[in-house]
Amino acid sequence: MTSTNAPVLDIQNLTVDFDTPTGTIAAVRGVDMHVGAGETVAIVGESGSGKSQAMMAAMGLLAANGRAGGRVTYDGADLLNLPLAKLNTLRGRKITMIFQEPMTSLDPLYTIGRQLAEPMVVHGGLSWKAAKTRALELLKLVNIPDPDRKIKAYPYEMSGGQRQRVMIAMALANDPDVLIADEPTTALDVTTQAQILQLLADLQKRLGMAVMFITHDLGIVRRIADRVYVMKSGDVVESGETDRIFTSPEHPYTRMLLDAEPTGAKPPVPAASPPLLEAQKVGVAFSVDAGLFKPRHELKAVDGVSFALRRGQTLGIVGESGSGKSTLGRAVLNLLPATGRVVYNGDVISGKSRAHMQALRRHLQLVFQDPFGSLSPRLTVGQIVSEGLLVHEPQLSAADRDARACQALEEVALDPAMRNRYPHEFSGGQRQRIAIARTMVLKPDLVVLDEPTSALDRTIQKQIVELLRDLQAAHELTYLFISHDLAVVRALADTVMVMKQGKVIEAGPTDVIFQSPRDDYTRELIGAAMLTQSQMMATG
Amino acid sequence: MTVSTSDVPHAPQKGRSLWDDARDRLFANRAAVASMIVLGVIALLSIIGPMLSPHPFDKVYRDYVKVPASLQAYPRPDQVQPAFEALAKRARLTIESYDRVGDSIVAEVSSRRAIDPRTTRYFDRSDLFKDAALTDMAEDQRAGRLRADINFVHFYFGTDANGRDMMTRTFIAGRVSLTIGLLATAVAISIGVLYGATSGYLGGRVDRLMMRVVDILYSLPFIFFVIMLVVFFGRNFVLMFIAVGAVEWLDMARIVRGQTLTIKRQEYVQAAEAMGVSDTGIVRRHIIPNTLGPVVVYMTLLVPKVILLESFLSFLGLGVQEPMTSWGVLISEGARNLQGSAWMLIFPSIFLTSTLFALNFIGDGLRDALDPKDR
Amino acid sequence: MTRYVLGRLLGAIPTIFLIVTISFFLIRIAPGGPFDLERPLEAKVMENLNKIYHLDEPLWQQYLLYLKSVAQLDFGPSFYFRDFTINELFAQSLPISIQLGLTALCLALVVGGTLGVVAALRQNQPTDYTVMAAATLGVTIPNFVVAPILTLVLGVWLGWLPVGGWNGGAFVNVILPVVTLALPQIAVVARLTRGSMIEALRSNHVRTARAYGLSTYMVVVVHALRGAILPVVSYLGPAAAALLTGSVVVETIFGIPGIGRYFVQGALNRDYTLVMGTVVVVACFVILFNLIVDLLYALLDPRVRYD
Repeated sequence: MTSTNAPVLDIQNLTVDFDTPTGTIAAVRGVDMHVGAGETVAIVGESGSGKSQAMMAAMGLLAANGRAGGRVTYDGADLLNLPLAKLNTLRGRKITMIFQEPMTSLDPLYTIGRQLAEPMVVHGGLSWKAAKTRALELLKLVNIPDPDRKIKAYPYEMSGGQRQRVMIAMALANDPDVLIADEPTTALDVTTQAQILQLLADLQKRLGMAVMFITHDLGIVRRIADRVYVMKSGDVVESGETDRIFTSPEHPYTRMLLDAEPTGAKPPVPAASPPLLEAQKVGVAFSVDAGLFKPRHELKAVDGVSFALRRGQTLGIVGESGSGKSTLGRAVLNLLPATGRVVYNGDVISGKSRAHMQALRRHLQLVFQDPFGSLSPRLTVGQIVSEGLLVHEPQLSAADRDARACQALEEVALDPAMRNRYPHEFSGGQRQRIAIARTMVLKPDLVVLDEPTSALDRTIQKQIVELLRDLQAAHELTYLFISHDLAVVRALADTVMVMKQGKVIEAGPTDVIFQSPRDDYTRELIGAAMLTQSQMMATG
Repeated sequence: MTVSTSDVPHAPQKGRSLWDDARDRLFANRAAVASMIVLGVIALLSIIGPMLSPHPFDKVYRDYVKVPASLQAYPRPDQVQPAFEALAKRARLTIESYDRVGDSIVAEVSSRRAIDPRTTRYFDRSDLFKDAALTDMAEDQRAGRLRADINFVHFYFGTDANGRDMMTRTFIAGRVSLTIGLLATAVAISIGVLYGATSGYLGGRVDRLMMRVVDILYSLPFIFFVIMLVVFFGRNFVLMFIAVGAVEWLDMARIVRGQTLTIKRQEYVQAAEAMGVSDTGIVRRHIIPNTLGPVVVYMTLLVPKVILLESFLSFLGLGVQEPMTSWGVLISEGARNLQGSAWMLIFPSIFLTSTLFALNFIGDGLRDALDPKDR
Repeated sequence: MTRYVLGRLLGAIPTIFLIVTISFFLIRIAPGGPFDLERPLEAKVMENLNKIYHLDEPLWQQYLLYLKSVAQLDFGPSFYFRDFTINELFAQSLPISIQLGLTALCLALVVGGTLGVVAALRQNQPTDYTVMAAATLGVTIPNFVVAPILTLVLGVWLGWLPVGGWNGGAFVNVILPVVTLALPQIAVVARLTRGSMIEALRSNHVRTARAYGLSTYMVVVVHALRGAILPVVSYLGPAAAALLTGSVVVETIFGIPGIGRYFVQGALNRDYTLVMGTVVVVACFVILFNLIVDLLYALLDPRVRYD
């Protein structure tokens, strides 16, 4: 669907600056973009590249301290200099927008129906009654189950995917010319993500509007975009037809982005390697009780999961949010009460008291998803990294601990000179390295990695994956790798276990699972996530 | 609030802790800095003011009841002669000649009877004169020269209805009010932090039960209990701040509990648990430093609340006992004498309000500094 | 819903029981009694009085007696105003205090809310700073300073308003007490509204409303304000308590025969029944008000469900 027709929305030399107490920050430094009718244009970049702010500026949605410059032309009018009343006749009618955060983008205090109807009443001059009728049609259009009931529901009664569908319905309500989608699928599970993308593609085909799609995910770009703009630190570094960008990228940054998919596979562990960890029928149930006098009811988060790991192996645990994979990771480490049996190195650890676990803790470590939440904000990096030594090697002097911390930081490729800094002075990738250094300082046997790369940009992800692989090879580490990201799992794991609603759906060697999945759910998961991979392999 | 120190012997790069950032933000906040200076001055005046003042806080000047605030010294020139004459009359002396020499009065006096040398006491006892002396007595002791120095005193804030210096009283009252504020806050914070942290850290049923108790206590009309306590058990300084402290800990308990629950769920606490760090270690290294911010902010905002509560009780006549005083007591006296002697209300009110204002601004400044997401 | 209300009302009974118990014993263990006057009464008279008021019986019997009468909503005879029962005193004073308090609360909500919204819309501009400085002043200056100054200026110097008295709740008599009572609450409400409004204006769903071309009125009032008002609604409970406290001062200064003034008189005169009656009535009032506030909250926020 290559289009050469005149642009519907034309952005010329757009700049966005933010005034902060510490000076002016240039978020967008003069970009040119345009989109034609029926065309889908993707704007790609990592966090902080200015891709969202450029679109916010075009829509007049910048924060109070933001200033926009340049021209954004729609239908002969410069959106940036339009009076508010005039701009309001275009926003929500001719140009609409979908946001990244489906959970918070809808007003929690009004029903879905009312919120859907509102723009139609304001712009289309419909009566509330007519608008509600049309809202119901729209809900059907975006495949909301049970639309008659959902129209009276409040946002909190719906899942993230459903809310994003409502947002899409709202965006389409007035037959817009341009739809701006700002990372509309990022906050969703992979299978939901695939459905939403499919829906958007179908609707565009049917309704023929122009779509500007902001994303950091090249897989999505490949799948839906006609043209691509690659943004880096406020500039468009490269633009062109999607095929061209993917087959012969010109700018080194584009090449780096395309290269950022973690690749390779883990070399297998020799068969003689001793068993390290065995889990038998592990189960975790949370009792949910609402009040002091109300009966409890049980929620099975993990339900009879068994697996075995040999030293040096990596088990990838895959599943969507709520599948119980993180809970399983913590249950294995005996961090929360669980049923079943976990044997570590011939030692039954399940049900051991906290005091008894103490000595074993240094061998069993945990790395978290959120590199911003897992480091204590008021301790220095040196203190964070060496905290475990205080517990497990109390005989060490302060100088010894410091030396060990330096060593661990070097191991994760961080400059030990930075050990007196505080976590907030580091980037996300660096913080994840610090979190890894914290576990490495104790020289553990088993590390549970709970989505360690999910909060990071793709290029950083790749580095962390490589770091994890190197560390594993150097120290004969055993990993329990929990992730929803199949590309990363594929690059790291010997065996894969697919979880859904607390149960194991399918398990087996990585190659087998990826190449010939038996279960429908696994197939769906791989189908939704692996488009990137397969297409990349086909083309590059 | 101290900057966390590190004991690394060779520290190549100095990091900036969140405390450092917060301190910088606080010092960049002009309102907060000005407030800190104001508060410092008031605190200093309250502490050393009474020592420097020439008037003891409970000294009564019978001749200077309700004199207005003035930078000029008392007595006023036109007051001297009538006062002198009045005193002479009481001493049964007839003034033959009256002369003011510099800051002294020289008068030829006579009497129908012999003048007792102790007559000078009439003048010495007056607040207006000092060092009265009789010289050049006549042979028959019925006339002589009376010389008395004028006793100049300053009442920069005026005097109260008993003729006591308002300035010294305001300073002394500041001592009392600030002390009550600090002590009661300390009581409230201690109870609140302990209760809240225990509830939040233990969680589960204990937490629900403990918070239920707080909810019930919330619905008690506490101020009425405080009044009851104070009325029935006497106006005791110690009792008062315990009572006030016991009332005000509820908010603190809620804040600390919420904070503890949040921090407990933080991944860095889970990480420490996974590493086998003991409860004490977690509380000391992770929970306390991260709860400190809100506690400090709340403390700064609680002090003015307590001072206000104390002055409220004082206003109802349930405050500290005479001759001790507090801003609330002074204000309530001032309010009764507002017509005609406004200074009695104005000066203590200025002190109280600036203190409360300063504390509020410092509290707001601290909150902005410690939790900068609102900027 | 009805079940929830009933449950809450039942749940209040232990609280009230606790309040009655604590205050009963607190008063009784305190030194001094209602008839310890400056001029001691004759032994015979004292004996008679003690008999009439059951003070000669063992303490626990008095307690049970009192519980029984409170359960029948009878607060007993006053010890100090000997010709009246507590119920009679309350029948006169409670409506006055309620009228005073509610008027002040409404004033605080309307004025404070408006100021808060205006300040939030002009964040970090002169208007904002002015409103916030005034609000800080409002919180800081105690009402027992404000009251005499207002009386002096408007009552004595300008002679526009009467300096005190209730006069059956005549409009001119109400103005000064209500304004004095409302000022600190206006300040608190303004600060609260501003804070939550700023947050609401930055929230994602308000961004959505702006992105869909809704008018400023719709964005601010329909989408931002309704959410921003929630913290203010939660504050109504504490506000009511604060107004009760404030009314003690205001009623004393302006000489209004409300319940707050009776309390102070009762406490000073060891009027056991009057003090306890006040405490119980005030506690019931606070509990009831909190329930109303919670129901109001549920009405505004569909995420809150009571069942």
